[in-house]
Amino acid sequence: MQKNTLDNFNNLPMQQFDAIVIGAGGAGLRAALQLAESGHKIAVVSKVFPTRSHTVAAQGGINAALGNVSPDNWQWHMYDTIKGSDYLGDQDAIEFMCQEASEIVRELEHFGVPFSRLDNGKIYQRAFGGQSQNYGESQAHRTCAAADRTGHAILHSLYQQNIRLGVTIFEEYYSVDLLKANNGSISGCVVMNIHNNEYQILQSPNILLATGGAGQLFRTNTNAGINTGDGLGMSLRAGYPLQDMEFWQFHPTGIAGKGMLMSEAARGEGGVLRNALGEAFMEKYAPNVKDLASRDVVSRAIAIEVQQGRGCGPHKDYVLLDLTHLDDKVVKERLPGIRDISLTFAGIDPVEKAVPVFPTCHYMMGGIPTNINGQVIYPNSQGQQEVVKGLYAVGECACVSVHGANRLGGNSLLDIVVFGRKAALTISENLKSHSAVQLEHDKDYIEKIRTRIQHWHTSSTDKPTGNSKQQLPDNVTQIKKDLQAIMEKGCGVFREHSLMVKALEELPAIEQRLQQVQLSDQSNIFNLERLAAFELENLLAIAYATVSSALARQESRGAHSRIDFQERDDQAWLKHSLYCHQTRKISYKPVNLTPKTHESFKPKKRVY
Amino acid sequence: MKITISRYNPEKDKVPYDETFEIDDALIKHDTMLLDALHLVREQDPSVGFRFSCQEGVCGSDGMNVNGKNHLSCITPVSTLSQPIIIKPLPGLPIIKDLIIDMSLFYQQYQSVDPFLQTEPLNLEEEHLQSPKERVKLDGSYECILCGCCSTSCPSFWWNPDEFAGPAALLAASRFVIDSRDIKHIDRLKELDSPTKTFRCRHIQNCTDACPKGLNPSRAIQELKSIMVKDL
Repeated sequence: MQKNTLDNFNNLPMQQFDAIVIGAGGAGLRAALQLAESGHKIAVVSKVFPTRSHTVAAQGGINAALGNVSPDNWQWHMYDTIKGSDYLGDQDAIEFMCQEASEIVRELEHFGVPFSRLDNGKIYQRAFGGQSQNYGESQAHRTCAAADRTGHAILHSLYQQNIRLGVTIFEEYYSVDLLKANNGSISGCVVMNIHNNEYQILQSPNILLATGGAGQLFRTNTNAGINTGDGLGMSLRAGYPLQDMEFWQFHPTGIAGKGMLMSEAARGEGGVLRNALGEAFMEKYAPNVKDLASRDVVSRAIAIEVQQGRGCGPHKDYVLLDLTHLDDKVVKERLPGIRDISLTFAGIDPVEKAVPVFPTCHYMMGGIPTNINGQVIYPNSQGQQEVVKGLYAVGECACVSVHGANRLGGNSLLDIVVFGRKAALTISENLKSHSAVQLEHDKDYIEKIRTRIQHWHTSSTDKPTGNSKQQLPDNVTQIKKDLQAIMEKGCGVFREHSLMVKALEELPAIEQRLQQVQLSDQSNIFNLERLAAFELENLLAIAYATVSSALARQESRGAHSRIDFQERDDQAWLKHSLYCHQTRKISYKPVNLTPKTHESFKPKKRVY
Repeated sequence: MKITISRYNPEKDKVPYDETFEIDDALIKHDTMLLDALHLVREQDPSVGFRFSCQEGVCGSDGMNVNGKNHLSCITPVSTLSQPIIIKPLPGLPIIKDLIIDMSLFYQQYQSVDPFLQTEPLNLEEEHLQSPKERVKLDGSYECILCGCCSTSCPSFWWNPDEFAGPAALLAASRFVIDSRDIKHIDRLKELDSPTKTFRCRHIQNCTDACPKGLNPSRAIQELKSIMVKDL
């Protein structure tokens, strides 16, 4: 054990910054760029080198009503997003995001993003699910794309611009927990250098969480191994709630049995889903827009086709994504990335043969509740929403909420850059008005963190000798797999009271195993087992939040589909869930239905 | 199935050594990727160190040397590899632990070529116009994932990782040299016109052979050199 790990925990090395961004995906890097441009002393903390962040895997594009292909305006985009959210999205936040979209996409282009182009030289825009012209009439072409590698193009360009400004990045540092000051505000974070498991304190009156999603909670997912919801875990442990955690998006077209994403762009470019009878079955479920219905609608349709015996393959457990009728050139030029993925993981060239697909966990609509300015908010003892001083959250880890109960394709890349920039501007304002006073850290809270860290430094057994097929006792990997299986059964595409109760009953056993498990790796050099243990604590906390929130919500809305409550119930449930970790209780807050410049969109039946 | 992995933990090892793991053949299917097999190894010994993240070949974390050639483990089917599979870290850079290397020099070289677009001030009303013909020139260079498979297979980079930019950095440099939107074309060429930074490339083409994304850094560097001849 190193000196600065435990014995000396109250005297860890410290560094001070105006602002600290935790996470180096698109949200974190956009925020960092803004903060650095404003001349602040900032640091970015990332558990991976920035371009390994999962923004890199986003494929289809980013929505903005540029109107390059067909007439468009941000109000139509706003309507589509609200309808897509099944009316759970906050209309003021959605209004703001859609208003900012065109400018922020042009800005990205200026940063170097190699968008695909139209003949007139403007940014190429493709059709995507759930998007319309004139409030639900004809299909819109709103999704700005760099082939089908838009996330890669955006993340690399943002990283490159951060290089231009020489932003300090703590690469391969894991943020273990937030620090609280005696006055209750957030005052920094404890980070671990993954290379040598040494800890240090980064102090700042402004901590921005941009840690991304937590798709590793489910067995089959499109997410990277790093997507373990670390920001959500930190925020929960600091005593703040999570919002709308019952809403997880299952992307309709993951490669069957594996999960790798086949972008919605495939259907945007004309791809069609077919069942075992060869029927283009989406006609039945969404007669107007067919394969370009909202993702929740398409995922349910696939699940129903398979349940009713019209699945393909020897086990009738998937459907086919058919691109064979498209011009080869379209697939090769517009969809080269997914063609690669299909060739690599399914052994199928989509130009020649349809690809087996099935819904797979993709995106977390819920997260750390924030206001439009990116500030984290929580209900105070009077039940009013109060800002957590010093804490901000943006991107998938946050719930602002622009996606409500179901996110539209192309809106997550938009969300991360719009709110990444906005939160940075809020922090800049805050730095103008408040001088960075050195805050006294809450010693009791530090002691809790120390205890948690110490646990994972001492609960180690010797590495087993030899390496044959000897079975290790319980281990972190197995506990994670079991948790993923519980979540898949209990909180998948379709949910039902008894299945969720069962999942909730199974979680304490997982919790106990995680408390008792011994790590077999004692090394302090790149100890991936210890890292996985920290991450699994976050996933487990998120599992409780998800099942508890889902069980409580007795209706079907967006991605939350209950067999036992099949209708949306606006009377009782047009409200956001708030899960509290310490009490494991759910409370609620109203949905914002009053945008600033546009009349309210009243909830109505959602038909595609 | 047998996998031999180069092990090294600086806390206890003076030099790397090989350790062979046996994986039950029943667990290996026709479409099992090398990364899946490595996860099975870690179930036997959680201390085996390797980086990974996206698991689909876009994040660039898991470059490693497999049977003598650099690969991304997540998109390398084990069925394509002869056995025993011998895995070593990407060559030429310091080893942190097992298959995890210190890529600082690689990243520094990337940063040294100013890999960011430099343009006229932002016009919020309109994007830069770029014709499809101009845009298509960027295909084959912007897709790089910085995995390091190319640079760490390059003998010139092995010898001078501090002076020679290496194929990944030069591919990035060429992408901005040919981007019609960039206004620093000549400055970039002048900066690159150096016997060490660019001209250490002897077109051995290991980089192109190694690139798991099918890119061709060697050709990009050749074009870069010919642009220098024409425009400088």
